Amino acid sequence: MSVYKLDYLDQLEAEAIHILREVAGQFERPALLFSGGKDSITLVHLAEKAFRPGRFPFPLVHVDTGHNFPETIQFRDELIERIGERLIVGYVQDAIDAGKVEEQTGKNASRNALQTVTLLDVIAEHQFDACIGGARRDEEKARAKERIFSVRNEFGQWEPKRQRPELWNIYNGRIRKGENVRVFPISNWTEQDVWNYIQREQIAIPEIYFAHERECIVRGGKLMAASPFLNMDAEDVPFRAKIRFRTIGDITCTAAVASDADTLDAVIREIGDSKISERGARMDDLVSESAMEERKKNGYF
Amino acid sequence: MDILRFLTAGSVDDGKSTLIGRLLYDTDNILEDQLEAIERSNRKNDDGSINLAVLTDGLKSEREQGITIDVAYKYFSTAKRKFIIADTPGHIQYTRNMVTGASTANLAIILVDARKGLVEQTHRHSFIASLLGIPHVVLAINKMDLVDYDQAVFDKIANDYRHFVEQLAIHQYTFIPVSALKGDNIASRSAEMPWYDGPSLLEFLEEVPLASKGDVNLENSRFPVQWVIRPHAEQYHDYRGYAGKITSGIFRIGDKVTVEPSGIPSHIKAIEVGGQKTEVAFAPMAAVLHLEDEIDVGRGDTLVKSDGQVYVTQTLEGDICWMDNRPLNPDLKYIIQHNSKQTLCYLRDVLYKVNVNSLEKNYTDTSLGLNDIGRVVIQTAEPLVVDLYEDNRSNGSAIIIDERSNVTVGAVMIRSAE
Repeated sequence: MSVYKLDYLDQLEAEAIHILREVAGQFERPALLFSGGKDSITLVHLAEKAFRPGRFPFPLVHVDTGHNFPETIQFRDELIERIGERLIVGYVQDAIDAGKVEEQTGKNASRNALQTVTLLDVIAEHQFDACIGGARRDEEKARAKERIFSVRNEFGQWEPKRQRPELWNIYNGRIRKGENVRVFPISNWTEQDVWNYIQREQIAIPEIYFAHERECIVRGGKLMAASPFLNMDAEDVPFRAKIRFRTIGDITCTAAVASDADTLDAVIREIGDSKISERGARMDDLVSESAMEERKKNGYF
Repeated sequence: MDILRFLTAGSVDDGKSTLIGRLLYDTDNILEDQLEAIERSNRKNDDGSINLAVLTDGLKSEREQGITIDVAYKYFSTAKRKFIIADTPGHIQYTRNMVTGASTANLAIILVDARKGLVEQTHRHSFIASLLGIPHVVLAINKMDLVDYDQAVFDKIANDYRHFVEQLAIHQYTFIPVSALKGDNIASRSAEMPWYDGPSLLEFLEEVPLASKGDVNLENSRFPVQWVIRPHAEQYHDYRGYAGKITSGIFRIGDKVTVEPSGIPSHIKAIEVGGQKTEVAFAPMAAVLHLEDEIDVGRGDTLVKSDGQVYVTQTLEGDICWMDNRPLNPDLKYIIQHNSKQTLCYLRDVLYKVNVNSLEKNYTDTSLGLNDIGRVVIQTAEPLVVDLYEDNRSNGSAIIIDERSNVTVGAVMIRSAE
């Protein structure tokens, strides 16, 4: 066996860094979409490897639903402070105040779907031509079909039937004015790969990924964090439980799992043993078999 | 642990999706909620067992039509390897999708229905695997349960294939008798075929050595520059790092290199990988290289180790797969992208078109439309720094972009250069 052999995590890392540098080389106004979740945190770590000791050739962009886990926002601000890069925040509340979108009503109301409008507004305002995101193909079956350089039309829409062929490691980022490209450098990573990488690289992540006590309620068989943003009624009786989050999204649509895993090792062990996929905890995906595909067609990332 | 990228080729009826579903299922890579989603979708096999094919059809239109249109990437892993599957449609109208999936694959699984033997599709799929230089081919002879697990059926198909494959550039191939539906020889060896003493499909995928030049090339050292790192901070006043990915070969501090296409020589002064200084870096690492001399190097240039032939050329000849509804137009300017370099080009001369089923070359009708494959001479506006595809997949490939639509319309495997 040759000694010139790369471990699989190194291969995935090299692929992602190559993609990030292609974004830097091909676009005039790129941005990195940062949610505060582990996948976008991993992207920031990869960007440091790709561009240091230089600056990032793009700002970070956070689409803030206003319905956040407080721990996520604190983590975000500390991260920005540490890396010294620019953060742009787009507020869903602004779109609501401007009457561009209407807040959902009812018990399961969530601002998750409203994010798309704010995202497209931020893209338009800053004239971003490429937005880097942490989506992975193993997450969901529509994502399994999406390109690494995924072109969106003037309306921000993904057109699955008009996708460009993407061959070898050659990325075609040519677009017309008004179009933009969503770029997914960790497309080929699985959830397990991300966790293994976080462990290997000792990447800091928000505390809510680890087991902690929290006020919860049960909705549709899922554990949800009790919060002022969740429309609760008499049936929703909060109780304290030891839980952690496997994925971080809007607080109103991200379910928790009961867990004692309070270290990275324990979390990785638990995921390895898990019989449920990561997006099984995302209420937004359980709506229908095509939920993700439909959202992407509307401009979601 | 390393990564094996493979593609599966076969028509809907060959049970390709079932094979992938079976691989994922038998390696515990399908989870309960995904199974529930399949149950919810209410598509069952005739015998009431769950339809594993549903797992791989990602788009609504695909599920509605019951066919795979686009390349879907699937992931699973065992203790030995991480696997990336490019699940590609088999029909001739999706040749371009198979070419796409094949471009990054180390291995192709070509499915054959044991009842039918080699068919036109087998020829086409093998031809594409050969054209794209996939180093390893597995002919999975499927539906053995429907021919009573008969060794004679298997032997005949294997013999036919050995004969056929002689005309192709496929050097490593193997035959495995399977039943995707029943799970025979997929994740574990089948008790139904005691006459077969080879590995199960999964064992083969776990063990096949990824050491050929088509898997990773450690001989021809190439470093296409993607980005120049020049920090403005005072402590990095003299820092000038060339960021890119080593697409092939090995670079060490002190190595003599030339910057192509300008041809200016220099030496490697320092190497960084992931922010750490290192003495040596090799493909496929992302790295930052520093040169001894202050010379003009930018995106699109390639650092080449002065240890072998590289072509710096404006005239290329290559096989091309056409991927657009609008046919190749010899009078039109296109953009050719080779690694990080884009330049204008003409595709003036199509030498012949290949019938992808019979492999015959047509020298009279040389029009190339969607899914056609032919041989073309390419003139580029600026010089490219290339290798031949059979020597170096990463530096011997390019894509063609239509300036009008910005769409990728062609895939090029470079076969000769001046």
